[in-house]
Amino acid sequence: MEIDKKEYGEYVKKVTPVHSTARNILRAFVTGGAICLIGQALTELFLFLGAEKEAASAWTTLSLIGGSVLLTGLNLYPRLVKFGGAGALVPITGFANSVVAPAIEYRAEGHVFGIGCKIFTIAGPVILFGIFSSWLLGLISWAGGAMGF
Amino acid sequence: MDGYIKAFLAGGTICALVQILMDKTRMMPGRIMVTLVVSGTVLGFLGVYEPFAEWAGAGATVPLLGFGNTLWKGISKAMAEDGALGIFKGGFTASAAGICGALVFGYLGSLLFRPKMKR
Repeated sequence: MEIDKKEYGEYVKKVTPVHSTARNILRAFVTGGAICLIGQALTELFLFLGAEKEAASAWTTLSLIGGSVLLTGLNLYPRLVKFGGAGALVPITGFANSVVAPAIEYRAEGHVFGIGCKIFTIAGPVILFGIFSSWLLGLISWAGGAMGF
Repeated sequence: MDGYIKAFLAGGTICALVQILMDKTRMMPGRIMVTLVVSGTVLGFLGVYEPFAEWAGAGATVPLLGFGNTLWKGISKAMAEDGALGIFKGGFTASAAGICGALVFGYLGSLLFRPKMKR
């Protein structure tokens, strides 16, 4: 059966679930806010335990990543993503989820081509473009300094 | 107590703005994450993210924008120490703990847990 692009577009529009945008935004706000609140509590805990500011922030990141990996393994983080949308994707916990979820899923394909490759499905692009853009900005800043700005 | 409220408000606002972007553009999560990290490096470079992070605490460092800012901070610090070589060293140095943590915990997680049915 041949259907043209316009008809297909209308069909997609019809079957795509419509969510109230205001509700999505509120849920993202609450979920993201809550994760950052936990992050703040962890940071203050590590500061209280005597860590320097930068170290406390690094330990917080590691704790959040560890927690997110556990919640992903227990299949709880996907529920949080379903509820909170961007609120669960934007924090570092969402990144950790996107690292471990494909690793678990493709484990059957082996350690190298299963876990090893798929663990970088999202981490790869994030690391590549993060490193590249910071490198480029570094170059700009260095060139600017060399020219006397 | 103040710090907690600021973290909640700042983190929540960033996530709410990204949710608007997602609803408007239907961007996939991977693209959202790349966009956030790259934006974070630019905001760090422009010198606006650090003052915001001073105010917002974890509300600025936990979102992926903060990861981008960390990359920039690493480059800038390494350049002060090593000059041009720092451009190549700083990004990975600053993000080492986060990337190593995600990979190691991710690998251990994949050994520990079985794939589950999607709900």
